Amino acid sequence: MSAPHTGQFCALLLRRQLLLAMRRPIEMGNPLLFFTMVIVLFPLGLGPAPDKLAIFAPGVLWITALLSNLLTSDAVFRSDFDDGSLEQLVLAPQPLFLSALAYILAHWLTTGLLLALVSPIFALMLNLPVSALGTLIVSLLLGTAVLSLLGGIGAALTVGLKRGGVLISLLILPLYLPVLIFGTAAVQAAVTGAPSGPYLAILGAMLSLAIALAPLAIAAGLRISIDA
Amino acid sequence: MYFDSFQALLTMNGHGIYVWPAYLITIVVIIAVLVAPVRRRNRLLEQLAAELRRTESAAVSGVRGQQ
Amino acid sequence: MWTFFHKLGSPPWLYAIAGAILRWLVPITLVALVGGMVWGLLLTSPDFRQGNSYRIIYIHVPAAVVALAGYYVMAIAGAISLIWRMKMADVVMKAAAPVGAALTFIALLTGAIWGKPTWGTWWVWDARITSMLILLFLYLGVVALYEAFDNKEAAGKACAVLSLVGMVNIPIIYKSVDWWYSLHQPASIKFSGESTIDPSMLYPLLLMIAAFYALFTCCLLMNMRAELLQRESRTQWVKKIAVKEGRG
Repeated sequence: MSAPHTGQFCALLLRRQLLLAMRRPIEMGNPLLFFTMVIVLFPLGLGPAPDKLAIFAPGVLWITALLSNLLTSDAVFRSDFDDGSLEQLVLAPQPLFLSALAYILAHWLTTGLLLALVSPIFALMLNLPVSALGTLIVSLLLGTAVLSLLGGIGAALTVGLKRGGVLISLLILPLYLPVLIFGTAAVQAAVTGAPSGPYLAILGAMLSLAIALAPLAIAAGLRISIDA
Repeated sequence: MYFDSFQALLTMNGHGIYVWPAYLITIVVIIAVLVAPVRRRNRLLEQLAAELRRTESAAVSGVRGQQ
Repeated sequence: MWTFFHKLGSPPWLYAIAGAILRWLVPITLVALVGGMVWGLLLTSPDFRQGNSYRIIYIHVPAAVVALAGYYVMAIAGAISLIWRMKMADVVMKAAAPVGAALTFIALLTGAIWGKPTWGTWWVWDARITSMLILLFLYLGVVALYEAFDNKEAAGKACAVLSLVGMVNIPIIYKSVDWWYSLHQPASIKFSGESTIDPSMLYPLLLMIAAFYALFTCCLLMNMRAELLQRESRTQWVKKIAVKEGRG
Protein backbone atom coordinates (compact mmCIF):
# COMPACT_ATOMS: atom_id res chain seq x y z
CA MET A 1 0.00 0.00 0.00
CA SER A 2 1.55 3.28 -1.07
CA ALA A 3 1.78 6.30 1.21
CA PRO A 4 -1.23 8.61 0.90
CA HIS A 5 -0.99 11.70 -1.18
CA THR A 6 -0.11 14.75 0.95
CA GLY A 7 -3.42 16.54 0.44
CA GLN A 8 -5.33 13.42 1.33
CA PHE A 9 -3.16 12.94 4.40
CA CYS A 10 -3.77 16.43 5.66
CA ALA A 11 -7.48 16.15 5.05
CA LEU A 12 -7.53 12.92 7.03
CA LEU A 13 -5.57 14.57 9.84
CA LEU A 14 -7.96 17.48 9.88
CA ARG A 15 -10.94 15.19 9.97
CA ARG A 16 -9.38 13.20 12.80
CA GLN A 17 -8.69 16.26 14.90
CA LEU A 18 -12.19 17.61 14.37
CA LEU A 19 -13.78 14.28 15.24
CA LEU A 20 -11.69 14.03 18.40
CA ALA A 21 -12.74 17.50 19.41
CA MET A 22 -16.38 16.98 18.68
CA ARG A 23 -16.49 13.78 20.65
CA ARG A 24 -15.93 15.92 23.70
CA PRO A 25 -18.32 18.79 23.23
CA ILE A 26 -17.95 19.87 26.84
CA GLU A 27 -14.24 20.30 26.37
CA MET A 28 -14.86 22.27 23.25
CA GLY A 29 -17.18 24.50 25.21
CA ASN A 30 -14.54 25.24 27.84
CA PRO A 31 -12.91 28.19 26.10
CA LEU A 32 -16.34 29.64 25.36
CA LEU A 33 -17.25 29.27 29.01
CA PHE A 34 -13.97 30.92 29.95
CA PHE A 35 -14.72 33.71 27.52
CA THR A 36 -18.12 34.26 29.14
CA MET A 37 -16.79 34.30 32.67
CA VAL A 38 -14.04 36.77 31.85
CA ILE A 39 -16.45 39.06 30.02
CA VAL A 40 -18.59 39.07 33.15
CA LEU A 41 -15.56 40.13 35.20
CA PHE A 42 -15.25 43.42 33.41
CA PRO A 43 -18.57 45.06 34.33
CA LEU A 44 -18.14 43.72 37.85
CA GLY A 45 -14.72 45.24 38.05
CA LEU A 46 -15.28 48.44 36.11
CA GLY A 47 -18.86 49.28 37.00
CA PRO A 48 -22.03 48.69 34.97
CA ALA A 49 -22.38 52.17 33.47
CA PRO A 50 -23.33 51.43 29.85
CA ASP A 51 -21.39 54.23 28.25
CA LYS A 52 -18.20 53.28 30.09
CA LEU A 53 -18.58 49.66 29.10
CA ALA A 54 -19.10 50.68 25.51
CA ILE A 55 -15.82 52.57 25.48
CA PHE A 56 -13.90 49.55 26.66
CA ALA A 57 -15.91 46.95 24.80
CA PRO A 58 -13.63 46.45 21.77
CA GLY A 59 -10.57 46.01 23.97
CA VAL A 60 -12.34 43.78 26.47
CA LEU A 61 -13.70 41.48 23.78
CA TRP A 62 -10.36 41.21 22.08
CA ILE A 63 -8.33 40.66 25.25
CA THR A 64 -10.71 37.96 26.34
CA ALA A 65 -10.50 36.25 22.95
CA LEU A 66 -6.72 36.38 23.25
CA LEU A 67 -6.73 34.82 26.70
CA SER A 68 -9.14 32.08 25.62
CA ASN A 69 -6.88 31.27 22.72
CA LEU A 70 -3.89 31.15 25.04
CA LEU A 71 -5.72 28.73 27.28
CA THR A 72 -6.41 26.22 24.54
CA SER A 73 -3.15 26.53 22.63
CA ASP A 74 -1.20 24.51 25.15
CA ALA A 75 -3.19 21.36 24.47
CA VAL A 76 -2.96 21.31 20.67
CA PHE A 77 -0.21 18.72 20.50
CA ARG A 78 -0.03 17.43 24.04
CA SER A 79 -2.31 14.41 23.93
CA ASP A 80 -0.72 13.18 20.72
CA PHE A 81 2.71 13.72 22.20
CA ASP A 82 1.83 11.71 25.27
CA ASP A 83 0.61 8.64 23.43
CA GLY A 84 3.36 8.64 20.81
CA SER A 85 1.32 9.44 17.73
CA LEU A 86 3.14 12.74 17.33
CA GLU A 87 6.41 10.87 16.97
CA GLN A 88 4.85 8.81 14.19
CA LEU A 89 3.70 12.00 12.51
CA VAL A 90 7.20 13.44 12.61
CA LEU A 91 8.59 10.27 11.07
CA ALA A 92 5.94 10.15 8.38
CA PRO A 93 6.96 10.95 4.80
CA GLN A 94 4.41 13.75 4.46
CA PRO A 95 5.85 17.23 5.03
CA LEU A 96 5.52 18.03 8.71
CA PHE A 97 4.68 21.68 8.18
CA LEU A 98 1.52 20.77 6.28
CA SER A 99 0.48 18.28 8.95
CA ALA A 100 1.06 20.98 11.54
CA LEU A 101 -1.15 23.31 9.51
CA ALA A 102 -3.89 20.70 9.65
CA TYR A 103 -3.67 20.59 13.43
CA ILE A 104 -3.83 24.36 13.68
CA LEU A 105 -6.76 24.56 11.29
CA ALA A 106 -8.65 22.07 13.43
CA HIS A 107 -7.77 24.10 16.51
CA TRP A 108 -9.02 27.31 14.95
CA LEU A 109 -12.23 25.71 13.73
CA THR A 110 -13.03 24.53 17.23
CA THR A 111 -11.98 27.65 19.11
CA GLY A 112 -11.48 30.89 17.20
CA LEU A 113 -14.26 30.34 14.71
CA LEU A 114 -16.77 29.51 17.42
CA LEU A 115 -15.63 32.48 19.46
CA ALA A 116 -16.03 34.84 16.54
CA LEU A 117 -19.55 33.59 15.83
CA VAL A 118 -20.60 33.82 19.47
CA SER A 119 -19.02 37.22 20.12
CA PRO A 120 -22.00 39.39 19.10
CA ILE A 121 -23.89 38.18 22.17
CA PHE A 122 -21.18 39.44 24.47
CA ALA A 123 -20.65 42.55 22.42
CA LEU A 124 -24.25 43.49 23.00
CA MET A 125 -23.87 42.75 26.71
CA LEU A 126 -21.06 45.26 26.74
CA ASN A 127 -23.07 47.81 24.80
CA LEU A 128 -21.03 47.69 21.65
CA PRO A 129 -22.93 49.56 18.92
CA VAL A 130 -24.65 47.20 16.52
CA SER A 131 -22.91 48.83 13.58
CA ALA A 132 -19.61 47.45 14.77
CA LEU A 133 -20.72 43.85 15.09
CA GLY A 134 -19.81 42.86 11.56
CA THR A 135 -16.31 44.23 11.91
CA LEU A 136 -16.00 42.52 15.26
CA ILE A 137 -16.78 39.13 13.75
CA VAL A 138 -14.44 39.56 10.80
CA SER A 139 -11.61 40.89 12.95
CA LEU A 140 -12.00 37.97 15.33
CA LEU A 141 -12.10 35.47 12.46
CA LEU A 142 -8.87 36.78 11.01
CA GLY A 143 -7.21 37.53 14.32
CA THR A 144 -7.92 34.26 16.09
CA ALA A 145 -6.52 32.42 13.08
CA VAL A 146 -3.24 34.29 13.55
CA LEU A 147 -3.41 33.61 17.29
CA SER A 148 -3.90 29.89 16.67
CA LEU A 149 -0.88 29.83 14.39
CA LEU A 150 1.30 31.70 16.88
CA GLY A 151 0.00 29.59 19.75
CA GLY A 152 0.97 26.53 17.78
CA ILE A 153 4.59 27.67 17.78
CA GLY A 154 4.58 27.98 21.56
CA ALA A 155 2.81 24.66 21.90
CA ALA A 156 5.30 22.89 19.65
CA LEU A 157 8.27 24.23 21.59
CA THR A 158 6.85 23.36 25.01
CA VAL A 159 4.93 20.15 24.35
CA GLY A 160 7.68 17.96 25.77
CA LEU A 161 8.22 19.96 28.92
CA LYS A 162 6.82 18.79 32.21
CA ARG A 163 6.15 22.16 33.68
CA GLY A 164 5.43 24.00 30.46
CA GLY A 165 2.05 25.46 31.33
CA VAL A 166 2.72 29.08 32.15
CA LEU A 167 5.83 29.20 30.05
CA ILE A 168 3.84 29.09 26.82
CA SER A 169 2.04 32.29 27.85
CA LEU A 170 5.33 34.10 28.41
CA LEU A 171 6.60 32.93 25.03
CA ILE A 172 3.71 33.88 22.82
CA LEU A 173 2.06 36.88 24.47
CA PRO A 174 4.60 39.29 22.98
CA LEU A 175 3.81 37.85 19.57
CA TYR A 176 0.08 38.26 20.13
CA LEU A 177 0.34 41.99 20.72
CA PRO A 178 0.25 43.28 17.12
CA VAL A 179 -2.89 41.22 16.49
CA LEU A 180 -4.49 42.74 19.58
CA ILE A 181 -3.54 46.25 18.54
CA PHE A 182 -5.01 46.03 15.07
CA GLY A 183 -7.99 43.91 16.08
CA THR A 184 -9.17 46.46 18.60
CA ALA A 185 -8.33 49.28 16.20
CA ALA A 186 -10.60 47.74 13.59
CA VAL A 187 -13.52 47.44 15.97
CA GLN A 188 -12.86 50.88 17.39
CA ALA A 189 -12.89 52.35 13.91
CA ALA A 190 -16.21 50.68 13.19
CA VAL A 191 -17.64 52.12 16.42
CA THR A 192 -16.68 55.65 15.48
CA GLY A 193 -17.87 55.20 11.93
CA ALA A 194 -14.44 55.33 10.35
CA PRO A 195 -13.55 52.73 7.71
CA SER A 196 -12.23 49.60 9.34
CA GLY A 197 -11.11 48.07 6.05
CA PRO A 198 -7.45 49.09 6.36
CA TYR A 199 -7.10 47.46 9.78
CA LEU A 200 -8.79 44.29 8.63
CA ALA A 201 -6.45 44.29 5.64
CA ILE A 202 -3.48 44.48 7.99
CA LEU A 203 -4.89 41.57 9.96
CA GLY A 204 -5.22 39.72 6.71
CA ALA A 205 -1.59 40.46 5.89
CA MET A 206 -0.53 39.16 9.29
CA LEU A 207 -2.56 36.04 8.63
CA SER A 208 -0.84 35.48 5.29
CA LEU A 209 2.58 35.89 6.87
CA ALA A 210 1.64 33.59 9.72
CA ILE A 211 0.28 30.87 7.42
CA ALA A 212 3.49 31.03 5.42
CA LEU A 213 6.00 31.01 8.27
CA ALA A 214 4.44 29.64 11.44
CA PRO A 215 4.08 26.02 10.21
CA LEU A 216 7.82 25.93 9.58
CA ALA A 217 8.54 27.05 13.13
CA ILE A 218 5.93 24.61 14.43
CA ALA A 219 7.48 21.73 12.52
CA ALA A 220 10.95 22.65 13.81
CA GLY A 221 9.59 22.89 17.34
CA LEU A 222 7.88 19.52 17.10
CA ARG A 223 11.06 17.86 15.87
CA ILE A 224 13.04 19.41 18.72
CA SER A 225 10.50 18.35 21.32
CA ILE A 226 10.35 14.79 20.02
CA ASP A 227 14.14 14.49 19.93
CA ALA A 228 14.52 15.81 23.46
CA MET B 1 33.30 71.35 34.10
CA TYR B 2 29.82 72.70 33.87
CA PHE B 3 28.90 72.67 37.54
CA ASP B 4 30.33 75.33 39.85
CA SER B 5 30.43 73.33 43.03
CA PHE B 6 30.09 69.78 44.23
CA GLN B 7 26.77 70.76 45.79
CA ALA B 8 25.52 71.90 42.42
CA LEU B 9 26.70 68.64 40.89
CA LEU B 10 24.68 66.63 43.39
CA THR B 11 21.45 68.53 43.12
CA MET B 12 21.59 69.46 39.42
CA ASN B 13 18.87 72.05 39.82
CA GLY B 14 16.51 69.55 41.38
CA HIS B 15 17.08 66.91 38.72
CA GLY B 16 19.84 65.22 40.65
CA ILE B 17 17.35 62.96 42.35
CA TYR B 18 16.61 61.45 38.96
CA VAL B 19 19.99 61.50 37.30
CA TRP B 20 22.06 60.03 40.11
CA PRO B 21 19.93 57.00 40.94
CA ALA B 22 19.65 56.23 37.24
CA TYR B 23 23.42 56.32 36.80
CA LEU B 24 24.10 54.43 40.02
CA ILE B 25 21.67 51.62 39.25
CA THR B 26 23.17 51.36 35.78
CA ILE B 27 26.67 51.12 37.21
CA VAL B 28 25.56 48.41 39.64
CA VAL B 29 23.98 46.38 36.83
CA ILE B 30 27.05 46.83 34.63
CA ILE B 31 29.33 45.62 37.41
CA ALA B 32 27.04 42.66 38.08
CA VAL B 33 26.95 41.69 34.43
CA LEU B 34 30.75 41.89 34.18
CA VAL B 35 31.53 40.08 37.41
CA ALA B 36 29.01 37.22 37.26
CA PRO B 37 30.66 35.24 34.42
CA VAL B 38 34.08 35.64 36.00
CA ARG B 39 32.82 34.25 39.28
CA ARG B 40 31.07 31.41 37.50
CA ARG B 41 34.28 30.54 35.68
CA ASN B 42 36.38 30.62 38.84
CA ARG B 43 33.89 28.52 40.74
CA LEU B 44 33.85 25.96 37.94
CA LEU B 45 37.64 25.74 37.83
CA GLU B 46 37.88 25.41 41.61
CA GLN B 47 35.35 22.61 41.66
CA LEU B 48 37.09 20.83 38.83
CA ALA B 49 40.53 21.19 40.42
CA ALA B 50 39.26 19.86 43.75
CA GLU B 51 37.64 16.91 42.01
CA LEU B 52 40.86 16.13 40.13
CA ARG B 53 42.88 16.24 43.33
CA ARG B 54 40.42 13.89 45.01
CA THR B 55 40.49 11.33 42.22
CA GLU B 56 44.28 11.63 42.00
CA SER B 57 44.84 10.96 45.70
CA ALA B 58 42.33 8.15 45.61
CA ALA B 59 44.22 6.56 42.71
CA VAL B 60 47.56 6.97 44.48
CA SER B 61 46.34 5.52 47.78
CA GLY B 62 44.65 2.74 45.84
CA VAL B 63 47.95 1.87 44.19
CA ARG B 64 49.79 2.00 47.49
CA GLY B 65 47.22 -0.21 49.12
CA GLN B 66 47.78 -2.83 46.49
CA GLN B 67 51.54 -2.92 46.89
CA MET C 1 39.33 30.82 5.12
CA TRP C 2 37.77 27.45 5.85
CA THR C 3 40.37 26.72 8.50
CA PHE C 4 39.15 29.85 10.27
CA PHE C 5 35.60 28.51 10.35
CA HIS C 6 36.87 25.12 11.33
CA LYS C 7 38.81 26.65 14.21
CA LEU C 8 35.68 28.53 15.27
CA GLY C 9 34.14 25.18 15.96
CA SER C 10 36.93 24.19 18.28
CA PRO C 11 36.19 24.97 21.94
CA PRO C 12 39.76 25.35 23.22
CA TRP C 13 40.64 27.69 20.38
CA LEU C 14 37.54 29.77 20.96
CA TYR C 15 38.26 29.88 24.69
CA ALA C 16 41.84 31.04 24.11
CA ILE C 17 40.99 33.67 21.54
CA ALA C 18 38.15 35.03 23.66
CA GLY C 19 40.59 35.37 26.52
CA ALA C 20 43.09 37.16 24.30
CA ILE C 21 40.48 39.63 23.09
CA LEU C 22 39.21 40.27 26.60
CA ARG C 23 42.66 41.15 27.84
CA TRP C 24 42.59 44.43 25.92
CA LEU C 25 38.83 44.85 25.44
CA VAL C 26 37.91 44.99 29.11
CA PRO C 27 40.22 47.91 29.96
CA ILE C 28 39.08 49.79 26.86
CA THR C 29 35.45 49.21 27.78
CA LEU C 30 35.92 50.45 31.32
CA VAL C 31 37.80 53.54 30.17
CA ALA C 32 35.14 54.31 27.55
CA LEU C 33 32.29 53.82 30.01
CA VAL C 34 33.84 55.95 32.74
CA GLY C 35 35.00 58.55 30.29
CA GLY C 36 31.65 58.77 28.58
CA MET C 37 29.77 59.04 31.86
CA VAL C 38 32.07 61.74 33.17
CA TRP C 39 31.76 63.63 29.90
CA GLY C 40 28.00 63.39 29.89
CA LEU C 41 27.54 64.16 33.54
CA LEU C 42 30.03 66.91 34.08
CA LEU C 43 31.31 68.37 30.88
CA THR C 44 28.24 69.09 28.80
CA SER C 45 25.80 71.90 29.36
CA PRO C 46 22.20 71.05 30.21
CA ASP C 47 19.45 70.81 27.64
CA PHE C 48 17.43 73.94 27.05
CA ARG C 49 14.07 72.28 27.61
CA GLN C 50 14.79 69.34 29.87
CA GLY C 51 17.48 70.74 32.07
CA ASN C 52 19.90 68.37 33.69
CA SER C 53 17.68 65.29 33.57
CA TYR C 54 18.47 64.86 29.89
CA ARG C 55 21.85 63.50 30.99
CA ILE C 56 20.13 60.18 31.43
CA ILE C 57 20.19 59.95 27.66
CA TYR C 58 23.81 58.91 27.89
CA ILE C 59 22.86 55.61 29.45
CA HIS C 60 19.28 55.15 28.25
CA VAL C 61 19.88 55.37 24.51
CA PRO C 62 23.07 53.25 24.41
CA ALA C 63 21.45 50.57 26.56
CA ALA C 64 18.36 50.51 24.33
CA VAL C 65 20.35 50.39 21.10
CA VAL C 66 22.65 47.60 22.24
CA ALA C 67 19.76 45.66 23.83
CA LEU C 68 18.02 45.56 20.46
CA ALA C 69 21.22 44.75 18.59
CA GLY C 70 21.94 42.03 21.13
CA TYR C 71 18.67 40.31 20.33
CA TYR C 72 19.67 40.15 16.69
CA VAL C 73 23.07 38.76 17.66
CA MET C 74 21.33 36.10 19.71
CA ALA C 75 18.84 35.24 16.98
CA ILE C 76 21.47 35.08 14.23
CA ALA C 77 23.73 32.92 16.39
CA GLY C 78 20.75 30.67 16.99
CA ALA C 79 20.04 30.49 13.27
CA ILE C 80 23.66 29.55 12.54
CA SER C 81 23.56 26.84 15.18
CA LEU C 82 20.32 25.44 13.70
CA ILE C 83 21.19 25.66 10.02
CA TRP C 84 24.89 24.76 10.05
CA ARG C 85 24.80 22.73 13.28
CA MET C 86 27.63 24.75 14.78
CA LYS C 87 27.67 24.00 18.48
CA MET C 88 29.74 27.09 19.14
CA ALA C 89 27.05 29.32 17.69
CA ASP C 90 24.75 27.78 20.27
CA VAL C 91 27.20 28.91 22.98
CA VAL C 92 27.14 32.48 21.61
CA MET C 93 23.36 32.50 21.67
CA LYS C 94 23.13 31.31 25.25
CA ALA C 95 25.79 33.79 26.33
CA ALA C 96 23.98 36.71 24.74
CA ALA C 97 20.59 36.22 26.38
CA PRO C 98 21.21 37.33 29.97
CA VAL C 99 23.37 40.28 28.91
CA GLY C 100 20.70 41.51 26.52
CA ALA C 101 18.06 41.13 29.19
CA ALA C 102 20.13 43.14 31.67
CA LEU C 103 20.65 45.93 29.13
CA THR C 104 16.94 46.00 28.31
CA PHE C 105 16.27 46.32 32.01
CA ILE C 106 18.65 49.27 32.26
CA ALA C 107 16.99 50.90 29.26
CA LEU C 108 13.53 50.47 30.77
CA LEU C 109 14.52 51.69 34.22
CA THR C 110 16.41 54.73 33.02
CA GLY C 111 13.64 55.48 30.56
CA ALA C 112 11.07 55.46 33.35
CA ILE C 113 13.23 57.58 35.65
CA TRP C 114 13.83 60.03 32.81
CA GLY C 115 10.11 60.21 32.18
CA LYS C 116 9.28 61.55 35.62
CA PRO C 117 10.85 65.00 35.35
CA THR C 118 10.13 65.24 31.65
CA TRP C 119 6.49 64.21 31.50
CA GLY C 120 5.50 64.19 35.16
CA THR C 121 4.72 60.50 35.45
CA TRP C 122 6.84 57.47 36.22
CA TRP C 123 5.52 55.48 33.32
CA VAL C 124 4.13 56.47 29.96
CA TRP C 125 2.91 53.89 27.50
CA ASP C 126 4.71 55.48 24.63
CA ALA C 127 5.93 53.49 21.68
CA ARG C 128 9.54 53.27 22.70
CA ILE C 129 9.09 52.27 26.33
CA THR C 130 6.34 49.80 25.49
CA SER C 131 8.50 48.22 22.79
CA MET C 132 11.38 47.98 25.28
CA LEU C 133 9.11 46.22 27.72
CA ILE C 134 8.08 43.72 25.04
CA LEU C 135 11.74 43.21 24.15
CA LEU C 136 12.39 42.36 27.80
CA PHE C 137 9.64 39.74 27.66
CA LEU C 138 11.13 38.30 24.50
CA TYR C 139 14.52 37.98 26.20
CA LEU C 140 13.06 36.51 29.38
CA GLY C 141 11.09 34.04 27.27
CA VAL C 142 14.31 32.75 25.73
CA VAL C 143 15.99 32.47 29.14
CA ALA C 144 12.95 30.72 30.65
CA LEU C 145 12.67 28.30 27.73
CA TYR C 146 16.32 27.33 28.06
CA GLU C 147 15.94 26.62 31.77
CA ALA C 148 12.79 24.54 31.25
CA PHE C 149 14.48 21.92 29.08
CA ASP C 150 16.42 19.17 30.83
CA ASN C 151 18.15 18.13 27.63
CA LYS C 152 20.44 21.08 27.00
CA GLU C 153 20.98 20.33 23.35
CA ALA C 154 17.26 20.48 22.73
CA ALA C 155 17.12 23.60 24.87
CA GLY C 156 19.58 25.34 22.57
CA LYS C 157 17.65 24.39 19.46
CA ALA C 158 14.32 25.44 20.95
CA CYS C 159 15.75 28.80 21.97
CA ALA C 160 17.16 29.23 18.49
CA VAL C 161 13.71 28.73 16.99
CA LEU C 162 12.15 31.07 19.54
CA SER C 163 14.75 33.80 18.97
CA LEU C 164 14.20 33.57 15.22
CA VAL C 165 10.45 33.87 15.64
CA GLY C 166 11.07 36.85 17.90
CA MET C 167 13.47 38.41 15.42
CA VAL C 168 10.90 38.23 12.65
CA ASN C 169 8.31 39.73 14.96
CA ILE C 170 10.31 42.62 16.41
CA PRO C 171 9.77 44.98 13.44
CA ILE C 172 6.09 44.04 13.34
CA ILE C 173 5.69 44.59 17.05
CA TYR C 174 7.54 47.88 16.99
CA LYS C 175 5.56 49.21 14.05
CA SER C 176 2.27 48.13 15.65
CA VAL C 177 3.06 49.72 18.98
CA ASP C 178 4.35 52.86 17.29
CA TRP C 179 1.17 53.18 15.24
CA TRP C 180 -0.98 52.38 18.27
CA TYR C 181 0.67 55.12 20.27
CA SER C 182 0.27 57.68 17.52
CA LEU C 183 -3.42 56.82 17.44
CA HIS C 184 -3.96 57.29 21.14
CA GLN C 185 -1.40 59.97 21.79
CA PRO C 186 -2.87 62.56 24.10
CA ALA C 187 -2.12 66.02 22.82
CA SER C 188 -0.48 67.21 26.02
CA ILE C 189 2.29 64.64 26.15
CA LYS C 190 4.39 64.80 23.08
CA PHE C 191 7.72 63.12 23.04
CA SER C 192 9.66 65.91 21.43
CA GLY C 193 12.07 63.87 19.40
CA GLU C 194 15.63 65.00 19.14
CA SER C 195 15.14 67.16 16.05
CA THR C 196 18.64 68.57 16.01
CA ILE C 197 21.09 67.46 18.60
CA ASP C 198 23.97 69.71 19.36
CA PRO C 199 27.37 68.19 18.46
CA SER C 200 28.65 68.78 21.98
CA MET C 201 25.88 66.48 23.16
CA LEU C 202 26.17 64.05 20.29
CA TYR C 203 29.79 63.04 20.75
CA PRO C 204 29.53 61.77 24.31
CA LEU C 205 26.40 59.89 23.21
CA LEU C 206 28.29 58.20 20.39
CA LEU C 207 31.10 57.34 22.79
CA MET C 208 28.66 55.78 25.22
CA ILE C 209 26.99 53.79 22.46
CA ALA C 210 30.37 52.45 21.41
CA ALA C 211 31.20 51.76 25.06
CA PHE C 212 27.99 49.80 25.51
CA TYR C 213 28.67 47.76 22.38
CA ALA C 214 32.10 46.99 23.82
CA LEU C 215 30.49 46.11 27.15
CA PHE C 216 28.12 43.72 25.44
CA THR C 217 30.98 42.07 23.62
CA CYS C 218 33.00 41.70 26.82
CA CYS C 219 30.11 40.12 28.69
CA LEU C 220 29.36 37.91 25.71
CA LEU C 221 32.93 36.64 25.54
CA MET C 222 33.15 36.11 29.29
CA ASN C 223 29.87 34.22 29.36
CA MET C 224 31.06 32.14 26.43
CA ARG C 225 34.24 31.20 28.25
CA ALA C 226 32.34 30.10 31.36
CA GLU C 227 29.86 28.17 29.20
CA LEU C 228 32.63 26.45 27.26
CA LEU C 229 34.34 25.36 30.46
CA GLN C 230 31.10 23.95 31.75
CA ARG C 231 30.19 22.07 28.59
CA GLU C 232 33.66 20.65 28.05
CA SER C 233 34.49 19.96 31.69
CA ARG C 234 35.27 16.31 30.97
CA THR C 235 37.95 17.05 28.37
CA GLN C 236 41.70 17.24 28.73
CA TRP C 237 42.13 20.89 27.83
CA VAL C 238 39.68 22.00 30.51
CA LYS C 239 41.30 19.73 33.08
CA LYS C 240 44.68 21.27 32.31
CA ILE C 241 43.29 24.77 32.87
CA ALA C 242 41.63 23.67 36.10
CA VAL C 243 44.90 22.28 37.44
CA LYS C 244 46.70 25.45 36.45
CA GLU C 245 44.17 27.98 37.66
CA GLY C 246 41.90 26.30 40.18
CA ARG C 247 42.83 27.62 43.54
CA GLY C 248 44.73 25.09 45.62
